[in-house]
Amino acid sequence: MKKIALALLGAGLMASAVAQAGPEDDRKQLIAHFKSKLPAVKYENYVYGALALDKDSKSQYDSIMEFPPFVGVIEGGKEMWEKPFKNGKTFASCFPNGGKNVAGNYPRFDASLNKVVTFEADINQCLKANGETEFKLSDVNTMGILTAYARTLSDGMKKNVKVEGAAAMAAYEDGKKFYFQRRGQLNFSCATCHVDNAGNRIRAEVLSPMLGQTTHWPVFRAGERLTTLQSRYKGCNSQVRAVPFEVGSDEFNNLEYFMSYQDNGLPLKASVFRK
Amino acid sequence: MRKSISLLMVALVMGAGVTGSVWAAEAKTEAKKEMPGQALAFSNKKGNCLACHAMPGTKAEMAGSIAPPLIAMKLRWPDRAKLRAQVWDATAANPQTSMPPMGKHEILSEEEIDQVVDFIYTL
Ligand code: HEC
Ligand code: HEC
Repeated sequence: MKKIALALLGAGLMASAVAQAGPEDDRKQLIAHFKSKLPAVKYENYVYGALALDKDSKSQYDSIMEFPPFVGVIEGGKEMWEKPFKNGKTFASCFPNGGKNVAGNYPRFDASLNKVVTFEADINQCLKANGETEFKLSDVNTMGILTAYARTLSDGMKKNVKVEGAAAMAAYEDGKKFYFQRRGQLNFSCATCHVDNAGNRIRAEVLSPMLGQTTHWPVFRAGERLTTLQSRYKGCNSQVRAVPFEVGSDEFNNLEYFMSYQDNGLPLKASVFRK
Repeated sequence: MRKSISLLMVALVMGAGVTGSVWAAEAKTEAKKEMPGQALAFSNKKGNCLACHAMPGTKAEMAGSIAPPLIAMKLRWPDRAKLRAQVWDATAANPQTSMPPMGKHEILSEEEIDQVVDFIYTL
């Protein structure tokens, strides 16, 4: 409890310091912040989110991941990924290395489009380029299932997001501003819960640290409810009684860009169990 | 300002450790009284104080660990108006606070705030 008071104090300093630094400084500061706040958590274990903070939950996770109840869904995603388009090509043709070890490079800043492009947006671009109908970005039964498989092709790859040039930097800064902006009737920022209070319980729920939050999507909540990263953003927006932004909006894409950069160096692991 | 709040919290918490058994005993008698303020403080649709604050008589695993426990309120907040102001807008005392501004953002009505303050004054 004593630690909580100190951590709250630290968090205030943290938020103001982060507000002035470049991406790599941000990332290092965040790691240092969590190292002092949650000294028991090893860096590579941040990918487990709240589970890294609770032994029982982590061992529940480990046993569920041995035979995940959602393997069938991932199989379905594999079929979608491998099914040829009308022109005979497949998704693999749109990505370097057939889509293996690519997800860690996302989101990427596209200088010609002058905006942040997510893995999902490039999947839609692939459909479009091959004369197929695009998926709705928020549709878990198409895009969700497909990426539940497609992202497994990058398992083990280290996150490697780049912020190069003024326009990319502006998008990054926009995402950062979003992250620290208080919103909603309850007046929370993302940082209130996942930086300042990471490791604390809100009611019975342990709050996961921001670090590692972008590495393991989609998740299957309660082992069955497929949830994408940006639909989780929506959920967290609603919790604070704010009007949620849309999956695929520039706001969420920039937020994902900012958050993903902080996870550079952490390994990806797709389609995991969450409570 | 921030520093003094944090120190206050440390002091409180250490105090709580010492008097812990005392307030747990008191809680049993208090819990018998039904108060609208208690329902408001516990409900996650309303004050949801329990999301962050433990209170005497609540199970530890039900309450969050974000904020200091609400105990000995009358003793610590002899001026009821100040306590009410803390609940109405915690950001006034501490702009960095995690605590939602219950009155300012109309999370609770003025009357509900009075009821919640009545309730926590019994803690
Ligand atoms: C009122 C508290 C609160 C706020 C504010 C909040 N979240 Fe959350 N968030 C939670 C809770 C509770 C969970 C579920 C437990 C966990 O994993 O942290 C969660 C989970 C998440 C997860 C999933 C973590 C995982 O590994 O499964 C992500 C990502 C996330 N939040 C991002 C955000 C972002 C981005 C924002 C701001 C737009 C935000 N949150 C604001 C409470 C909050
Ligand atoms: C999301 C978290 C959160 C919720 C919900 C919350 N608080 Fe707080 N509260 C805090 C924090 C954190 C503090 C510590 C001081 C600060 O940061 O302002 C605090 C401080 C207080 C204090 C002053 C500290 C003390 O005990 O002397 C009172 C009184 C208080 N809260 C009452 C309430 C009441 C009543 C409710 C519900 C109607 C409530 N709080 C809901 C987070 C919360």
